Amino acid sequence: MSGQTKVKLATAWLDGCSGCHMSLLDVDELLVALVERVELVYGPLVDTPEYPEAVDVALVEGAVSSIGDQKLAQTIRSKTRILISLGDCAVTSNVPSMRNTIPVKKLLERLYIEGADAAPAIPTDGVPALLRHAVPLAEVVKVDIHIPGCPPAPGAIAHVLTSLLDGKKPELAGLVKFG
Amino acid sequence: MDSKITIRIDGELVKTDRGASIFEAAKANGKHIPGLCNMKGLKPVGACRLCMVEVAGVNRLLPSCTTPAQEGMSVTIRSARLDAYRKQALELLLSERNHVCAVCVSNGHCELQSLATALGVTNVRYGYRYPKLGVDLSHPRYVLDHNRCILCTRCVRVCAEVEGAHVWDIAGRGIHSMLTCEMNRTWGASRNCTSCGKCVQVCPTGALAEKGFAVEEMIKRTASVERLTAVRGGGR
Ligand code: SF4
Ligand code: SF4
Ligand code: SF4
Repeated sequence: MSGQTKVKLATAWLDGCSGCHMSLLDVDELLVALVERVELVYGPLVDTPEYPEAVDVALVEGAVSSIGDQKLAQTIRSKTRILISLGDCAVTSNVPSMRNTIPVKKLLERLYIEGADAAPAIPTDGVPALLRHAVPLAEVVKVDIHIPGCPPAPGAIAHVLTSLLDGKKPELAGLVKFG
Repeated sequence: MDSKITIRIDGELVKTDRGASIFEAAKANGKHIPGLCNMKGLKPVGACRLCMVEVAGVNRLLPSCTTPAQEGMSVTIRSARLDAYRKQALELLLSERNHVCAVCVSNGHCELQSLATALGVTNVRYGYRYPKLGVDLSHPRYVLDHNRCILCTRCVRVCAEVEGAHVWDIAGRGIHSMLTCEMNRTWGASRNCTSCGKCVQVCPTGALAEKGFAVEEMIKRTASVERLTAVRGGGR
């Protein structure tokens, strides 16, 4: 993946806390190399409304919890060469999955009706419907590389990105842990 | 009769005590076989399936903790096939209940979690089950969280074999198996529990913990229970 043209990198934020993106920004001096070799084409760190075509690598944070997450995950998959689930929420469904034993209707009622101080109502306007379960990205689309961790260690992210930039297969065995 | 026998482990000839399991023979010779249910001083049960090994001439895998080493046996403890099976077994354990390491008392000190790292498990290839399971908070000092239990039965054995209280058992079958306290009492209502805490210390995961510990804070003192069983000559 070396050469003159820059590698097109996208990031996405599904049902996560943005901690994985913070870890990405924590890769220290690698950021300098990334600026030279990578073009950031989509994600919370840039202002692009539509997911672009022909993306080389996408780092996806967060579980797939809503119809919106599901659609974005499918779009990303169809337009990306290497899809990476970044962090435990994307890899295992982690904390977002703690709602999975409660039916969605009951959960929303508890929060927005019983738990409301004023104007009890379940929000529907502009919010995508929740799926029955918050699930790992790999249950919805094919994932090429998993970087577990909550948040994933910057060293693991750096290892994956530098390996890919150098055209090598990243080897994470022994380098990462859940949690 | 010579008290030592000779076996081959990954091609290397080693001596071991007659009567030792393959697991013990490997350990005595500085060779590591992964495992989650086996513990020095407790009767081996072969529950977790992580210590499976290949024995020449046997066409299925055998759990090394319950298989005695025999004179002339040739055992493979590391191979690509075993690595693949062990990864699979570990992923199935993770998929079966709700393991949310980020918010677990045992995060960073958990045998299941560290074995996942050691085996190179970076994700679980099976669908998570998300079962709805309880947490027993009724004991004044300890907590049982079924969400993190891998049914290794270390707690059952240490309580019955070492403490002599036999508070724990496994109820149900297959995927419905659950750790149960004295014919389904809550732990707090147990008549036999001496509150010794041995079950908590030997539990490899965050399923049994002391109260008052937050995320990442529960560090088990497994070694002190192992020493105790060695002194008492319990188990093997
Ligand atoms: S018991 Fe271990 S594997 Fe399970 S959630 Fe806790 S730290 Fe993670
Ligand atoms: S605290 Fe001791 S007696 Fe009570 S259940 Fe655990 S091992 Fe048994
Ligand atoms: S509570 Fe802990 S020691 Fe007991 S069976 Fe479950 S995982 Fe094993």
